[in-house]
Amino acid sequence: MDRPGLEPTEIDLLLEAVFRKYGYDFRSYARASIERRVRQFMASGGFASVSEMALKVLNDRDLFSRLVRYFSVPVTELFRDPQVYRAVREQVIPLLKTWPHFKIWHAGCATGEEVYSLAIILKEEGVYDRATIYATDFNDEALERAREGVYGAAKMKEATHNYQAAGGKASFSEYYHSRYDAAAMNAELRERIVFSTHNLASDSVFGEMHLVFCRNVLIYFNRGLQNRALGLFTESLVSGGFLCLGTKEDLRFSEVNSFYEVVDRKARIYKRKAAL
Amino acid sequence: MKETGTRYKAVVIGGSAGGVEALGIILAALPAGFALPVLVVQHLHPSDDGGFASHLGRLARLAVVEPCDKEIIERGKIYTAPANYHMLAERDGTIGLSVDERVNWSRPSIDVLFESAALAWGAGVVAIILSGASADGAKGMLAVREAGGLTIAQDPAGAGSPAMPQAAIAAGGVLEVLKAEDVGRLLAGLNFEPLRGI
Repeated sequence: MDRPGLEPTEIDLLLEAVFRKYGYDFRSYARASIERRVRQFMASGGFASVSEMALKVLNDRDLFSRLVRYFSVPVTELFRDPQVYRAVREQVIPLLKTWPHFKIWHAGCATGEEVYSLAIILKEEGVYDRATIYATDFNDEALERAREGVYGAAKMKEATHNYQAAGGKASFSEYYHSRYDAAAMNAELRERIVFSTHNLASDSVFGEMHLVFCRNVLIYFNRGLQNRALGLFTESLVSGGFLCLGTKEDLRFSEVNSFYEVVDRKARIYKRKAAL
Repeated sequence: MKETGTRYKAVVIGGSAGGVEALGIILAALPAGFALPVLVVQHLHPSDDGGFASHLGRLARLAVVEPCDKEIIERGKIYTAPANYHMLAERDGTIGLSVDERVNWSRPSIDVLFESAALAWGAGVVAIILSGASADGAKGMLAVREAGGLTIAQDPAGAGSPAMPQAAIAAGGVLEVLKAEDVGRLLAGLNFEPLRGI
């Protein structure tokens, strides 16, 4: 039974190999989740060991692409955690309104469901035209789907329910067109969204922001990488700017905690303090 | 039963339909100063907002925590997976959360917790599968058993929904079959010496 004992080392070697050959850095990802995905990928491909798989990945770009897709399976939904959107509506937007123009960085937007949710809230609060939203992800395939904004029709029922719970002011069906078994988000929601590739593990800050929205992305990182990403957000935010994390992501144990005050503990909304 | 001593490092418990009652019985039996951390996955409605953790907190003598990501796992505390997140044990003794796709139609999934616990603590895991109507946890019990851990299924005869313990038994990963009361007694009776770290 030395395989379970050996495997963590083999996984280290796989991630190192992927980084050196392809430049994608998964070495600082949360370990238990990435190991789970490596094992699943291994089982689905019928490989006998991680080492055998690593060798094949190094020599086969298509296999590598499949592995990356496996590592970054985006799981998100429209208005996930409705109370967070309600809090953004009630506690963040009134302050964003005090800037003539404001910029939002939605980091790790995956397939875009939550970017459209945010766009809808901004529209309803009458500030959409004053916003520029940078929606970024390292996964180009997911970004392409975000840009298209077409989601399964089956998801619209729950989305409608969540939208209402988030304090929606209209009928949710006004924001998309049904096409067979799919729902295409209205193009006007995309007008102020700039989709672009950005990797929190390797890229740097690209502008001054008034709101950084990054939910359920940091849970996939280890502490070191979490601090790197939070450092980028802190560098980007103007004083008085907002940071919104996932409901189970907490700044308390991070290196940047002292730069923020809590706006809404449950919704994990923080405000960047004035620089000293 | 000779499964006592210092080799255990953590207890993991999985429940679904009918599991809350059994869970209450087991957790209420744990004495203050219980020497292991207890990680719980109970299938919940995605909109549960900490209500389940508060409910357990009223029944148990130990502190009940709905953890944040990277929370440090401490002995004598009960950690319940938040609704709509998978909860995993990390080898460095912290909690990992994920929003990966559902496993066995469930998030949190019992298999995800149990399999991660088997990797993190190996033979140091006590895994308990309770009442439920799905087959979630069967693979995880097997993983814990194969790593040398102690695996216990709630007696299907006394379970509100027997399918889940039955599935775990059928998959071959169950060492003991006990009533909920006896699971509580067994855990409370394990003799632990102080461990250095977990």
